[in-house]
Amino acid sequence: MADVAPPLRTTGRRFSVRRVPGFAAIAAVSFALLYAPIVTLVAYSFNAGDSIALWEGFSLRWFAAAWGNEMVQEATVRSLVVAACASALATAVATMAALGTTRTAPFPGALAIYALINQPLMVPEIVTAVALLIVFAMIKIATGYSGLGFLIVAHAGFCVPFAYLPIRARLEGMDLSYEIAAADLYATPWQTFRRITLPLMSPGIVAGSMLAFVISLDDVVITEFVKSAGQDTLPTYMLGQLRRAVTPEVNAISTALLAVTVLLLSAFFVLNRQRR
Amino acid sequence: MSWRLTGALSALAMLGFAGTAAAEGELNIYNWGNYTNPDLIKKFEEAYKVKVTVTDYDSNSTALTKVKAGGHGFDIVVPSANYVPIFVQEGLLLESRPDQMANFKNVDAQWTDVPWDPGRHYTAPWQWGTTGVAVNTKVYSGDPNTSAIFMDPPAELVGKVNVVPEMNDVIGLAIMYVGGKPCTQDKDVLREVRDKLMAAKPKWQSMDYGMTEKMSNGDVMASVNWNGSTFRVRAKNPTVVYGYPKEGYVVWMDSVAVLKDAKNVENAKLFQNFIMDPENAALISAFARYANGIKGSEKYMPEDMKTAPEIVVPEQFKAAGTFLPTCPKEARDMYTAIWTELRK
Amino acid sequence: MAMVPTPARSGEAAARAARVRRNWLLATPALALLLLAASGPLLVVFVYSVLAPAEYSGVVWKLSGEGWFKVVFHRDIFDETIGLADAHLTIFWRSASISLLTTAIALFLGFPTAYFIATRPPRQRTLWLFLVTIPFWTNLLIRTFAIMEVVRNQGILNSWLMAAGLIDEPIQILYTDTAVLIGMVYVYLPLMVLPLYAAMERLDFRLVEAAYDLYASRWRVLTRVIVPLVKPGIVAGSILVFIPSLGAYVTPRVLGGGKNMMISNLIELQFGEGRNWPLGAALSMTLLAFVMLALLFYVRNMSRIERRG
Repeated sequence: MADVAPPLRTTGRRFSVRRVPGFAAIAAVSFALLYAPIVTLVAYSFNAGDSIALWEGFSLRWFAAAWGNEMVQEATVRSLVVAACASALATAVATMAALGTTRTAPFPGALAIYALINQPLMVPEIVTAVALLIVFAMIKIATGYSGLGFLIVAHAGFCVPFAYLPIRARLEGMDLSYEIAAADLYATPWQTFRRITLPLMSPGIVAGSMLAFVISLDDVVITEFVKSAGQDTLPTYMLGQLRRAVTPEVNAISTALLAVTVLLLSAFFVLNRQRR
Repeated sequence: MSWRLTGALSALAMLGFAGTAAAEGELNIYNWGNYTNPDLIKKFEEAYKVKVTVTDYDSNSTALTKVKAGGHGFDIVVPSANYVPIFVQEGLLLESRPDQMANFKNVDAQWTDVPWDPGRHYTAPWQWGTTGVAVNTKVYSGDPNTSAIFMDPPAELVGKVNVVPEMNDVIGLAIMYVGGKPCTQDKDVLREVRDKLMAAKPKWQSMDYGMTEKMSNGDVMASVNWNGSTFRVRAKNPTVVYGYPKEGYVVWMDSVAVLKDAKNVENAKLFQNFIMDPENAALISAFARYANGIKGSEKYMPEDMKTAPEIVVPEQFKAAGTFLPTCPKEARDMYTAIWTELRK
Repeated sequence: MAMVPTPARSGEAAARAARVRRNWLLATPALALLLLAASGPLLVVFVYSVLAPAEYSGVVWKLSGEGWFKVVFHRDIFDETIGLADAHLTIFWRSASISLLTTAIALFLGFPTAYFIATRPPRQRTLWLFLVTIPFWTNLLIRTFAIMEVVRNQGILNSWLMAAGLIDEPIQILYTDTAVLIGMVYVYLPLMVLPLYAAMERLDFRLVEAAYDLYASRWRVLTRVIVPLVKPGIVAGSILVFIPSLGAYVTPRVLGGGKNMMISNLIELQFGEGRNWPLGAALSMTLLAFVMLALLFYVRNMSRIERRG
């Protein structure tokens, strides 16, 4: 627009190349918008009254109520068990897959394997949920088994790409010189793997399993469709509550979950910083 | 990962794969949402050393679909009267013979032999009530005793009415609103029903459940609703009233049935017997605020239920109540088609 | 017929074959798990979409085009005329437009935010990133619930508006399309910020400085220098928001009140009251097709950007 040279600034704020007018304001608004609902939610979990809108004083009763609620306890335990098992399974499987598909010359089918492994990232959850509902219903009728196995397998399935990507990233960053050195020193491939590759890979594996764990804990849609009688996880319990009786108990559970997330994330950030 | 960690996780996995935890006995109940008194469950658990889980559903159709799909893991389901024959026909219910149980003598005479379960071979009474409309008088002060509240919402209520997605109740009310008889197969009547419903739908706010909470909270101002639920709303939000549509309103009964593929048949039968006891029936009613079908339970029920307009039907509306029968298949198919069209 | 390979080359070929076999072997558990829990079931869904619906649940093993037919067409109950399935098309349209709007608003809010973080001194950036990541990792239900508390009749928004005297009666936001839109933007905003930040972090500000040296105005610098340089981030962020929005289930379910359905809710309906599993399967395949189209568009755009850049 302006073809005339801008006036020389001799006073006032230093001209910053990086500053775009208005952006800081919009950013501030965005942050406020991101946090206002969460802050309100946390605030009302300490509400002494029954309502999630009228503040009636400070109290911890809803935390006590949630803590003592049997269904909440069961749902939490179930969530943790499923997440732990699914994450373990997904990480194990993803580690092997990563070893097979990285640091190797392109081979026929590599792209297909990659696409298949990352498929859960691309397919909408509802489609997978419906598909699993159909398939598992057939299996349930045929075998009569309706335990947690279905949930664990379903969760492991969609957690695989979340475990795979960090491990792969870590592997790609590792150069082969240590392993070659070990081979030169007459180590067997298995020894090399166990004492060199695996320890070097471990940050990636830990990151992958943590990611898979969180993703599994978080899942609503697939669990909602696949679960059988009495198999509520924490998210599906909350969904049920959200559709009906919304008391500050849901706020309390949310606050607790949020606290755990913040703690985990802080740990992750601190650890990452130290590494640098 | 260390071997110890792997071992611990495998143990956890075994626990998971063991399926249901090893308790003395279990019972998995599949019931309407917000309809089961937790005190009742606790009493049953303590009396029989059984671990009970309760899973919710929001409509008869959902329950039927889920049960029919198989692999659900439930032992008990609580269908409405007009769905019981469907469940029986599809081979989903166990003939548990509540009529031969010890507490059957407590069942009210009018409910011991019903057209939808002759001789009570399958079901024990849970609760019964009416379907009408609930209106918050803060927003609308006209006559609430009409289905026009949702079929043709008055100006103040446009965009503020909810319709619970219970097909039989809504279609039943709609048919009676246009002057037809329940179970009619008259195509002209049904066409009018379909057209009126579709015309009214844009004026509705939502088609959702949980009105007990949502109307108490003021999220919803008017809705098709059941009498007991409205009673609970009025306790929290006194400006809400229950209307008995004068064009005709629905009377229903929900009953407890044992599923044929139940894993805990004995415990399920114990439960059926348990709820036919007057004190326990009173517990059921005290929670959801509906009448139950058991003699002698009145003396255990809360005082306010004896005079509430939601429970004791006012004289002038008694005649308009119709107990919904099970309609022939052709009628049901047409209603389902109308409902599916409406639902989208 | 093949020439006898020399010893050296045959050793190489054998080693390569062994390596390929080892790679496949290592990948097999992952493939097996995914075939069982992800890809295999999709095939079953496709098969179900061409079967006939059973009375209350499930399918009858008999081929039928009803499922796919009902996706787009509708047979009137009473006079058997065939027309377009308006309800379905409305839902497709609603899903597409809400997703596009969500992406646009997220871009509008997210671009400055990512830029802001990228232009902080490096030591501060981690803190700001941390602040953006917390909502991202918060459970989806919690986020949806938080918005519900804000927009409901007795929620914060209405309470403030009434306290400020701007309105007398609470505005009905909950259970409308607006509530769903607000919820979706809220849920997916962090997903837009993070890839944008990744692209902006690598932005070479010397180019920006050079543009200013050449007397470009701030607006020109923004549109002609910064935006094109971070285009991969914009595209990545947009795709990361658009695709999950299309398939969103929880947010429209909780905030939409059962009336403002998006595609996922319509699919769920078929497996519940709708009692038409083949239609549900066909709708799922349709949704999948839309998503794949969007992905294809993304991949082609990315390669075009990379080729030009």
